[in-house]
Amino acid sequence: MQIYLPIAEMPVSVLLLLGMGAAVGFVSGLFGIGGGFLMTPLLIFLGIPPAVAVATQSAQIAASATTGSLSAIRRGSVDLKLASVLVAGGFVGTTLGVWFFAAMRRAGQLDLVIVVSYVTLFTVIGGLMLAESIREFWSTRRGRPRPRRRGGQHPAYLGWPLRMRFPRSRLYSSIIPIAGAALAVGFVGAVLGIGGAFIMVPALLYLFRVPTAVVIGTSQVQVLCTALLAVVLQATLNGVVDIVLALILIIGGVFGAQFGSQAGRALRADLFRFLLAILVLGVGLRFVVELVVRPAEPFSITGSDVRR
Amino acid sequence: MKRRALAGFGLALGLCSAGPAAAERLVLSLSANEVAIGSNYTGTRLVVFAVIERDSQSVARAGPYEAVVTVRGPREAITVRRKEALGPVWFNRSQQKFVQIPAFLGVFSSRRVQESMSDGLRRRLRIGIDAIVGAPEFTLDRGGEDEPFRAALVRLKGRDGLYVEDPRGVAFVTPDFFRAPIPLPATAPVGNYEVEVTLIADGVMLARRNASFELVKIGIEEQITEAARDRGLVLGLVTAAMSLLFGWIASVIFRRD
Repeated sequence: MQIYLPIAEMPVSVLLLLGMGAAVGFVSGLFGIGGGFLMTPLLIFLGIPPAVAVATQSAQIAASATTGSLSAIRRGSVDLKLASVLVAGGFVGTTLGVWFFAAMRRAGQLDLVIVVSYVTLFTVIGGLMLAESIREFWSTRRGRPRPRRRGGQHPAYLGWPLRMRFPRSRLYSSIIPIAGAALAVGFVGAVLGIGGAFIMVPALLYLFRVPTAVVIGTSQVQVLCTALLAVVLQATLNGVVDIVLALILIIGGVFGAQFGSQAGRALRADLFRFLLAILVLGVGLRFVVELVVRPAEPFSITGSDVRR
Repeated sequence: MKRRALAGFGLALGLCSAGPAAAERLVLSLSANEVAIGSNYTGTRLVVFAVIERDSQSVARAGPYEAVVTVRGPREAITVRRKEALGPVWFNRSQQKFVQIPAFLGVFSSRRVQESMSDGLRRRLRIGIDAIVGAPEFTLDRGGEDEPFRAALVRLKGRDGLYVEDPRGVAFVTPDFFRAPIPLPATAPVGNYEVEVTLIADGVMLARRNASFELVKIGIEEQITEAARDRGLVLGLVTAAMSLLFGWIASVIFRRD
């Protein structure tokens, strides 16, 4: 069944879009991430203009994140205080990132910046996470669980000034590194055209040792705020949000996200980290392949209204 | 001899079409002047009909009439980039900008345009995709390097069905009446399409006539496009509200506790 998308100006199969929405929604509900870094390439692959794809999939992310946030709030696994610090830091980072994006595009080397950042960021973060996971598996299997975090044993940056208590996250830390991490994630997210939750989730897990359940819930709330802002800004400034496409993706996505978050609840914490590491590393390797394999068609066409 | 002189005279008049000097006249009709895009649009097909009118001055032609129908879609700006290797890494290095090129280009003819007339004349009259894309004004020329970019443009556009050349696209029903179906893929953009019909015999152009049709969105598609253009904030807020609503509905449906 085909339907014509008014802003993307092309017909697409409704069932295909529903399926894609459901699949990405599942992953996003499972890991508490937006899934934009999966959905955007899929939409572009279908032939939807990149500007429309980037802007519209934010609506689907917002819908999945609404569902995820609501169920996390009911379970009591959202740290609203932590979420508000993250949103504030992320907002500043996004603004700076949008500015940097425009500057690099004027310099004419945006494509390279994007691909190289993807490769470094994803392979490094994914590799570190995977190594950590495997070490964890290994020691569990030998029956020698590694010592858990003990009281009084904290990284030094938690003790910087402006300390704040986040009881729900079992965290007592300076807000400077937290807001700083959120700013960096917002910046990178804006440059790469992604939400950045999949960087935020490991950061909260590994740098701040926030419990896994709270990380997922809190990150869902942050993703929701960022995605809503992105939809409204993109529609206002660029007029590239395709509401018909958004509706189809949302319907597929919200159901996928439900099953995803149910599956996520059943998942063991160490397995969760392992799968997330594989996912991040996989995306990084995809860009490595794109960078080093001789392209079958070296030429490509871009229209004038396209972001990249 | 007289015919060639007449044709040459016609060319000297600035490639004018059915001037008084030409013996043949073309009468065109399109199957539609406006094509509407609704929610079930998956591309369309228009038909160009043409009748060749001869008057008392018309001389007998040695060969049969040949016709070329050229369709040019709305103009767009495009950048073609080429990936090149630097060490082990491939990335976009060189590029060529095409500023005002037709988003859709269709050349339909009764036989191969290369056989209809000489290459020099074809390039001058812009008949055939190679002649149109190869024209100097088609791009910002930067020396000899731009040829591969023009070829890549035709190849990539052709893959999407946006640049098509069909040497059997024009069918003569009678010796002086022909029609040409124009297949428009769904990805052809909205806007104004120019149809140019050229009548050829014995390797020279006898007449040329233009018509046009419009590809427009109607109904809800048109309203959404207008809203996106004029009331972006409202559309953005509606979309955001829709996300929240569906997210909430799903969480209600799936609530288990």
